[in-house]
Amino acid sequence: MLTREEIIQPQNLVAEKPALMNNVDMHYCPGCSHGVVHKLVAEVIAEMGLEEKTIGISPVGCAVFAYRYIDIDWQEAAHGRAPALATACKRLWPDRLVFTYQGDGDLACIGTAETIHALNRGENITIIFINNAIYGMTGGQMAPTTLLGMKTATCPYGRDPRLHGYPLKITEIAAQLEGTAYVTRQSVHSVAAIRKCKKAIRHAFENSMQGKGSNLVEVVSTCNSGWKMNPVKANEWMEEHMFDYYHVGDLKDTEVIR
Amino acid sequence: MAQEREVLLMKGNEAIAHAAIRCGCDGYFGYPITPQSEVLETLAELKPWETTGMVVVQAESEVASINMLYGGGGTGKRVMTSSSSPGVALMQEGIAYMAGAEVPGLIVNVQRGGPGLGTIQPSQSDYYQATRGGGNGDYHVIVLAPNSVQEMADFVDLGFELAFRYRNPAMILSDGVIGQMMEKVVLPPQKPRRTDEEIYAECPWASNGHGLKTRGPQVITSLELDPAVMEQRNLHLQAKYKQVEENEVRFESTGCEDAEYAIVAFGSASRIAQKAIETLRNNGTKVGLFRPITLWPFPKKAIHDLAQRVKGILVVEINAGMMVYDVENAAEHCVPIRQFGRLGGIVPDPDEIVEAMEQLKQVCCK
Ligand SMILES: Cc1ncc(C[n+]2csc(CCOP(=O)(O)OP(=O)(O)O)c2C)c(N)n1
Ligand code: SF4
Ligand SMILES: [Mg+2]
Repeated sequence: MLTREEIIQPQNLVAEKPALMNNVDMHYCPGCSHGVVHKLVAEVIAEMGLEEKTIGISPVGCAVFAYRYIDIDWQEAAHGRAPALATACKRLWPDRLVFTYQGDGDLACIGTAETIHALNRGENITIIFINNAIYGMTGGQMAPTTLLGMKTATCPYGRDPRLHGYPLKITEIAAQLEGTAYVTRQSVHSVAAIRKCKKAIRHAFENSMQGKGSNLVEVVSTCNSGWKMNPVKANEWMEEHMFDYYHVGDLKDTEVIR
Repeated sequence: MAQEREVLLMKGNEAIAHAAIRCGCDGYFGYPITPQSEVLETLAELKPWETTGMVVVQAESEVASINMLYGGGGTGKRVMTSSSSPGVALMQEGIAYMAGAEVPGLIVNVQRGGPGLGTIQPSQSDYYQATRGGGNGDYHVIVLAPNSVQEMADFVDLGFELAFRYRNPAMILSDGVIGQMMEKVVLPPQKPRRTDEEIYAECPWASNGHGLKTRGPQVITSLELDPAVMEQRNLHLQAKYKQVEENEVRFESTGCEDAEYAIVAFGSASRIAQKAIETLRNNGTKVGLFRPITLWPFPKKAIHDLAQRVKGILVVEINAGMMVYDVENAAEHCVPIRQFGRLGGIVPDPDEIVEAMEQLKQVCCK
């Protein structure tokens, strides 16, 4: 039998904690997508060597404490206003990587105006958008992205379009805006999906640094607590229901079109 | 140099724009609203991004512009916005966040009458909102009240200085009279925008990525879930406000030495009161003018002392009576105090002020 010391050797390394992830307990529920996306963001920043050139803007939502987990400079925005902060940061510091990290309530409801207008102005920023179809932080209320029929604390009989309107595909709207360079919808429910998502984040960050315009990376996510499912079931439910409505893939990439 | 002392004729709003460029402002973020749209229009015309490198952005709303201020100020840059009453009402969320996270920035309110959409005519009825915090939580904004186009120009740099000294939002509380009237002004000399290195040195707290590896991350936030820690943060803010109250009170006192009566007025009301005082003095009543320049911190002690020396105080303001409560509080009710104001965008006439003073005199003689 190999000893512990014999196993823990550089040549046996399969995965490691990203250098920019802090050694603190996370408040996210086990199985939540937020943690995985944090890890990808941390890895991409380190791989691009931009630790000392990055300003992250955290939202109001479950990711409000993103600044505790990724070891970079942060600003904590008011609910929905992250793209306005990011606009100023990038305009005033054009050589910085400026990104926001926002939930669906933050981005597609209270902050719709800030989101659409920052993207439409073509601000050279990246918006990472965690769409879990619910308000996770406040205890599982209906979000603008909640699917029809889906039950939440404020639509306990299921989302009814006559009462609540329709789930908002804000990423499709973003793709129509002249100011956006790259608009994509990803997920992190499998190893293959995680790899693709990381590539998308890297592409978006590179665009931002090269001044190509605005970038939106939606990540269709689970909120197993809000959905009242275990993590495995939540992933299955997401594949079965969310992907049907929120199609995963690139919606716009000006690089490719050219 | 000679050119920089040149006397120009311009509107108060235009003076704000010119002064912003000249005092090394890094960014302006605003949304059009009467009676202050000339600030953004003048900046757009002057194109400072081609000269000093100052950024000018027309935001999608006042909610966005104040949050741009929050973001830009959090990186250590000198950033400002301007608006008028309904727009400043929308900004209260962002101002509270800036106060809570201790982010400097300059807000100009060229007031108009309310409530609601109200009128585009001048008013001073945002006095409470400006001096009491205005948004949620226990906080203060440093409030400067100009009464001339010259002070509109001068208070931009002063506002930035105070905002950075105390890491707190500062406000120029003006009104449609001062914003729209044309007067002679000597603009401040052109000073360069601070270099990145100067910003790093002046604002070690700023969140802009620089020096992360040696200093650790900087986080701009107003959030704290542990009530014990949050109380400490609040106490820290209160201690800071106390310092501001001790060090930054500004006022102007004219003809108060021999005065039997005093008029207390700020901003455009003080200009009209000055006219009324000329008439009153010609008629033989010795009246002095006391003008608070900082509305917060309020010149409590100076008004307290003034109240010991005069027979009565008339507070003139273009609202239904707001500053009068601060004056009464400072004077500790030791002399009769009356308020005179007009509402709805109507500016008081000097004769009305003379009449109000005559009434106050009768009360005092009884
Ligand atoms: C102005 C304001 N309104 C409401 C709230 C309460 N609030 C906090 S988080 C949140 C919803 C967050 O949902 P989402 O953006 O989807 O993020 P998630 O927690 O799902 O990641 C709400 C309504 C607030 N903090 N501020
Ligand atoms: S409530 Fe939902 S979004 Fe929030 S941490 Fe838990 S699983 Fe994640
Ligand atoms: Mg959500």
